[in-house]
Amino acid sequence: MSNVRSLFKTFFLTELLVGMSVTLRQMFARKITIRYPEEKAPQSPRFRGLHALRRYPNGQERCIACKLCEAVCPALAITIDSDVSEDGTRRTTRYDIDLFKCIYCGFCEEACPVDAIVETRIHEYHMENRGENIMTKDKLLAIGERYEAMIAADKAADARYR
Amino acid sequence: MLTEILFYAFAAVLIGAAIGVITSRNPVHSVLFLVLCFFNSAVLWLLIEAEFLAIVLVLVYVGAVMVLFLFVVMMLDINIEKLREGFVRNAPLGVLIALIVVIELYYVLWVKRLGVDVTGGVAPLPEGYSNTQAVGAVLYTEYVYPFQLAAVVLLIAIVAAISLTMRKRPGLKTQDVAAQVAVRREDRVRLVKVAPEEEK
Amino acid sequence: MDNLLSLWNGLTPELQSVIVTTLQIVGVMLAVVICVAFLTLAERKVIGFMQLRHGPNRIAIFGLPFLRGVAQPFADVIKLLLKEVLVPSAADKKLFMLAPLIVLVPALAAWAVIPFSPEFVLADINAGLLYVLALTSLGVYGVILAGWAANSKYAFLGAMRSAAQMVAYEIAMGFALVGVLMAAGSLNLGDIVRSQEGGPLAWHWFWLFPLFVVYFISGVAETNRAPFDVAEGESEIVAGFHVEYSGAAFATLFALPEYANMMLVATLAALMFLGGWLSPLQGYVPDEWFLAQSSFFWLFLKVGLLLFVFLWIRATFPRYRYDQIMRLGWKVLIPVTLVWIAVEGVMVWLKIGPWAP
Repeated sequence: MSNVRSLFKTFFLTELLVGMSVTLRQMFARKITIRYPEEKAPQSPRFRGLHALRRYPNGQERCIACKLCEAVCPALAITIDSDVSEDGTRRTTRYDIDLFKCIYCGFCEEACPVDAIVETRIHEYHMENRGENIMTKDKLLAIGERYEAMIAADKAADARYR
Repeated sequence: MLTEILFYAFAAVLIGAAIGVITSRNPVHSVLFLVLCFFNSAVLWLLIEAEFLAIVLVLVYVGAVMVLFLFVVMMLDINIEKLREGFVRNAPLGVLIALIVVIELYYVLWVKRLGVDVTGGVAPLPEGYSNTQAVGAVLYTEYVYPFQLAAVVLLIAIVAAISLTMRKRPGLKTQDVAAQVAVRREDRVRLVKVAPEEEK
Repeated sequence: MDNLLSLWNGLTPELQSVIVTTLQIVGVMLAVVICVAFLTLAERKVIGFMQLRHGPNRIAIFGLPFLRGVAQPFADVIKLLLKEVLVPSAADKKLFMLAPLIVLVPALAAWAVIPFSPEFVLADINAGLLYVLALTSLGVYGVILAGWAANSKYAFLGAMRSAAQMVAYEIAMGFALVGVLMAAGSLNLGDIVRSQEGGPLAWHWFWLFPLFVVYFISGVAETNRAPFDVAEGESEIVAGFHVEYSGAAFATLFALPEYANMMLVATLAALMFLGGWLSPLQGYVPDEWFLAQSSFFWLFLKVGLLLFVFLWIRATFPRYRYDQIMRLGWKVLIPVTLVWIAVEGVMVWLKIGPWAP
């Protein structure tokens, strides 16, 4: 009897039809794709995107050129040179991040004792020419100034978990 | 007039392709020239309104036989140098055979004429005349025994070819597709009711 | 206008018929090409919807929001035509460029004998079905040559696979059509449709159901569509016979013929098993209604439905393994058709079903 049933199943392609009914039902189901530029998926405050260097509210650079980030960076993407600045403090003269090397692990952010280097939530950026992948100190500081409000809010939201 | 121009055009291509078959160095090109030959002869048949034969020529020879030819020629590693070795020695025999074929053709076309006026072209067929029907009617009445005999011969050839090439090596680890297809859920899946682990 | 008319009347009748036929051929070809373009869009949309995606929804005509994605095929065509055609240095260059044409020409030429409506067919020849079979069997040359001429291992493997597959399924397809011939008693496609007059149950699918299924399955295999697309097999042999092609050569080798052949198989299935242009409502609604009359509209609807099934199958089933494909073709489909042809012979002999006196 079961043989007859399996023969019937084979020749009338019933199992194929069952499969096809599944796809047909899915066709009328609600689509779950996010239409990207118009709709965006929610982001965590911990999102690790483009880097930024922060300043204190009085305008002073946070970075003290301790080079912990350079040491911890697993991809060797960070290059730092330091010198004594005019006011006698230790400051970086060069702070480069190669975005092609960076793996966005966030270790630099974790290592920083003064919350100077952070990874922002910016992920929609691009380069048009060779060399633009090197984020210099000026560029990083500029990003930090521009998005300070967002960075500060994210840090505050995440502070209780640290 | 138009028919004649078409005939000579296609016949010229046919002869050119036939020469291409025996002169091209690459065997794959030879096979393709042969395909072109078949096409042109099919067109010549179309010109004498034998559309059934023309289409069957394309269907059988071009669509099936030559595909297998091409298959084989592509897979084989043909050493052309070795094939050419005995050319001068065998040339006289080839010329002799070619001469015999030419004489035979001459005999058939000009001496016997096969009861057809080869220079005059064909008489136009009546309206609604179906080639296919005519071929079928003759094939299944007058020539039914030769036709069936040919079918049997072909069948024997198929069986022979399969039995010659089919070999079952013992101990070969291949999948048995029939067994794979016949497998059912009950053969593979066993639902077990596991009692929840008790606290100690 | 008057000048043109007088010029037209001044031509000989032969020349006039040549011009009219040429225009008809161009019209049919353009229609096929445009249908191919929208079929690619439909494929991406349907499969997208079945996978809970949206499919292409960016490129709109004149920025109309409700037509978003409609212009996608045109964008694709422009992209493909503007790309460079690369010829591999070790390739057989002439054959490499010839192969796409050899695939394309039969795929378009076969439309010559398709009757689109009771009145319109380009060439109403007696052996129409044989002509279609002969032409569809030519497409395999392009595939083999594309694979061989590219001088690439993957292309060659893909060509071998697809050639073996196409040859195998052609036989099952041919046998399925033999059954149709026995039922219709003619090789002319128009006559085959006319022999199915009288409502959906008089169409050939009812009495020849196994042959219909076999024809459709071998049609899917013949056009190298999923789930029989091992010739492409991107997980094993990159993309099969057309790996080395790019740009316009790729478009003419792969996209256009594949979809044109798909439409051809669907159209033939509609003509031979689903009554072609005949109305399914014949006899159920008043005869003078449009819905009860035979028209191109019904053929279009049936072909569209069958094409949807093609896409539906592709969205549903995983790819067959190669030996399973060969087994299915030779050991299942061909015996099934042979058995049903024998059954049909008995039915003809006993005069039952559609052969009732």
